Amino acid sequence: MKPRLAPAATVTGRVGENVPRPDGVLKVQGGFPYSSDLQVDRMLWGATVRSPHPYARILSIDTSEALAAPGVRAVLTHEDVPGKRVYGLEIPDQPVLAFDVVRYWGEAVALVAADHPELARRAAQKVHVQYQVLAPLTDPEQALLADAPRLHPDGNVTRHVKIRHGNQDARAEVVVTGEYEVGMQDQAPLGPESGLAVPDEEGGVDLFIATQWLHVDREQLAGVLGLPPDRVRLTMAGIGGAFGAREDLSMQAHACMLALRSGRPVKISYSRPESFVGHVHRHPGRLRYEHGANRDGKLVYVRARIVLDGGAYASSSTAVIANASCFAVGPYRCPNATIDGWVVYTNNPPCGAMRGFGSVQNCYAHEAQMDKLAEALGMDPVELRTRNALETGSQMITGQVIDGPVPVAELLRRIKERPLPAASDPGSLDLTTQPGGVSNTTHGESVRRGVGYAVGFKNVGYSEGFNDYSTARVKLSVVGGRPRVEVHTAAAEVGQGLVTVQAQIAGTELGVTDVVVLNADTRVGSSGSSSASRQTYITGGAVKAACDAVRRRVLALAELELGRKTGKTDGLRLERDSVVSADGREIVSLTTLLGDEVIEETHEFRPRQTTRLDPETGQANAHVQYAFAAHRAVVDVDTELGLVKVVELATAQDVGKAINPQAVEGQLEGGAAQGLGLAVMEEIQLKDGVIRNASFTDYLLPTILDMPPLRMDVLELGDPHSPYGLKGVGEPPTISSGPAIVAAIRAATGRPITRVPVRPHDIVET
Amino acid sequence: MKVSCSVNGQVLVADDVWEGESLLYVLRERFGLYGSKNACEQGECGSCSVYLDGVLVCACLVLGGQVNGREILTVEGLSHRTALHPVQTAFVEAGAVQCGFCTPGLVVAAHDLLRRVPDPTEAQIREALAGNICRCTGYAKIIDAVQLAAGRMSG
Repeated sequence: MKPRLAPAATVTGRVGENVPRPDGVLKVQGGFPYSSDLQVDRMLWGATVRSPHPYARILSIDTSEALAAPGVRAVLTHEDVPGKRVYGLEIPDQPVLAFDVVRYWGEAVALVAADHPELARRAAQKVHVQYQVLAPLTDPEQALLADAPRLHPDGNVTRHVKIRHGNQDARAEVVVTGEYEVGMQDQAPLGPESGLAVPDEEGGVDLFIATQWLHVDREQLAGVLGLPPDRVRLTMAGIGGAFGAREDLSMQAHACMLALRSGRPVKISYSRPESFVGHVHRHPGRLRYEHGANRDGKLVYVRARIVLDGGAYASSSTAVIANASCFAVGPYRCPNATIDGWVVYTNNPPCGAMRGFGSVQNCYAHEAQMDKLAEALGMDPVELRTRNALETGSQMITGQVIDGPVPVAELLRRIKERPLPAASDPGSLDLTTQPGGVSNTTHGESVRRGVGYAVGFKNVGYSEGFNDYSTARVKLSVVGGRPRVEVHTAAAEVGQGLVTVQAQIAGTELGVTDVVVLNADTRVGSSGSSSASRQTYITGGAVKAACDAVRRRVLALAELELGRKTGKTDGLRLERDSVVSADGREIVSLTTLLGDEVIEETHEFRPRQTTRLDPETGQANAHVQYAFAAHRAVVDVDTELGLVKVVELATAQDVGKAINPQAVEGQLEGGAAQGLGLAVMEEIQLKDGVIRNASFTDYLLPTILDMPPLRMDVLELGDPHSPYGLKGVGEPPTISSGPAIVAAIRAATGRPITRVPVRPHDIVET
Repeated sequence: MKVSCSVNGQVLVADDVWEGESLLYVLRERFGLYGSKNACEQGECGSCSVYLDGVLVCACLVLGGQVNGREILTVEGLSHRTALHPVQTAFVEAGAVQCGFCTPGLVVAAHDLLRRVPDPTEAQIREALAGNICRCTGYAKIIDAVQLAAGRMSG
């Protein structure tokens, strides 16, 4: 029994072209099946009982009333977990269903499956859990204290990253210090966490799911369900955005457990309030910095103490704090650095991956520091950045020497030289151009303009020795009298356009018009996650490698058919659905050459190896590739009311090679919007560990009225190590866009602004 | 209760609709029309935008029981078999679709705008689509798509 999934569409196009996405036609018609749209006969609906306390001891759980409720088919607690009771991406510390204690508000405690979603929700309210409420530990600084209550057996420190680079006692002529705070951001993908689990006849299960990484879900699920991995089969359903929120398990294990227990297909689809507790968030951070520089503006040292609040469970915290520490200085040459990055457990909601992954938090701090330093030196802030900009061959504070293009100064030059937008027109009747918009709070009175700059960078791909690879299966055959390429990977199309990119690569490498990308599932090897801006690089590389192997076989066949001797290929190529000679003449069509023959190759692709950070000094070749972007922001601020209108954003980014230029622009635009959100709008507001704004009414996302025009400079400088010279594109736009906006607000108001998102009372002097 | 209404020109009937079910639930789970999306179910994101008697509404804010005897047009009703509406074609071509979860609602809202204002300014586009949240695109290509569709529909 399978739900309807999106059919594989045929794509035609080459690397570098604006090939439209094959799922676009279904998506505009409302016919694309997302994970929340799945249905099959006899399907039950699952609901989750969640903790109303951020920290409490579970004294008892009584499921009898829920079990007796109408339409209820199963009620499960931790006692019903068939295998491992805990899971986690890096550290298995998170209970599938809470036992002994709950560590955050909204933690899953019990499950219900019923005939109708409302019956399931009502029955969930009839699961009676007795708690002994404990005082929640919600301040990450307090979590670090020796006498703090220990939330996990190994204490509250999930990881402490130490970077000791150069002279630890360096002194400088000019010193600036600052403390900065970043609020908790939500990924807020529009598609809710959802999926459908279908039990088979032999105790195994099929899960149709929206996830960023099928195989790591399967690995965790097999453990939780106590099943061998081959009896847990995952198939990708339509994904309504991700941005990091779908890296950890949410409802996957719960749906499978309910399906296996009830013997019926079970669907779980979270509501928006539930989604806010159903996935991890961006780590809030407190960052204390000291920058020392010579009078000529050259950085002498940076000392930083970064504390990230990891919340109740580890998720990917250990990797996030590594990024926050490795890139703490920003894309600048700095001979001496002392960085201490901490990520700790608290009773706040768990934090993990979100677009930018550690580089977003520190960029607010290092860019504010650079502006502060420029002011102390009486220097133009862009000039100061340019003087210290990383270049090809520069050494990072981790000791790694950066190779390939490092266009930090060039990106800054481009955003600086771009003409500024016209001054706002106070007589304009279009209120949407004013801070406060159609609330009609100003017609230009007390509105001041500011311009700010920021530049940021981060790693592409997994780091610190992690075995980063992807698998692709490519099949070439003749279908209906035409050659056709089928590409099969497990990589997640989260909206970024990966399906199109895979098809473009196969079309380019094999010169075939019709390329079909099969739906992702676990029948093929792992592709790793759609995260860390890595998928076009790594899965793109795997598709290219598999195509290379297919091409070699086709050309060998052509030589054989043509009676040539091996080795005398004389530049035969695949183009226009044919084998062509070096000068482009058609030798034989693939249809004729292949006949009934099917050529299939499966290949893994690995980028170059990285190494783990030294635990005492943080020195290592820890990262595969670095991606850079810079932003300029122009804002109008109502200085009486503290309202901000972002007038324009400009960006420059090196993408190495734009495989699909239109999709690249989409990443730059969408990423900048999420940066704007964190800068001036978006924050999960917590009080004593409880989320106060778990809805789209109260958690403010940028709308089309909030997002200004984005002027773009896309550079294609070509990385010598990656397929086609490409660089990861997705995350850099989210890193420096927000810090540029905050710099512009400082410039407009003269206020220090040390916290994001910037609130009206941070701007208005009280 | 029993609910009978016209959906995309066809009379559909749902039996045993619970009083608390929204029009969105009825469309999706009773009629199998999953195009209208369930992103916030609070009227904030516009992903479930449909026409009710010709007026743009969030289907999540209308009770199923309210639509008895009324006419509904959903995103599924905008195209005729394989022939996309110009707004739909423009969204695909302009790159206005990424994950696409907001797309059905935006397509319906843009359709409504162009029905009322055939040649909208950028400010009018922004105002008309301010009730639709998109988390992927940053909206630039959505504005491009509406302008592209407007040009084609008037030309």
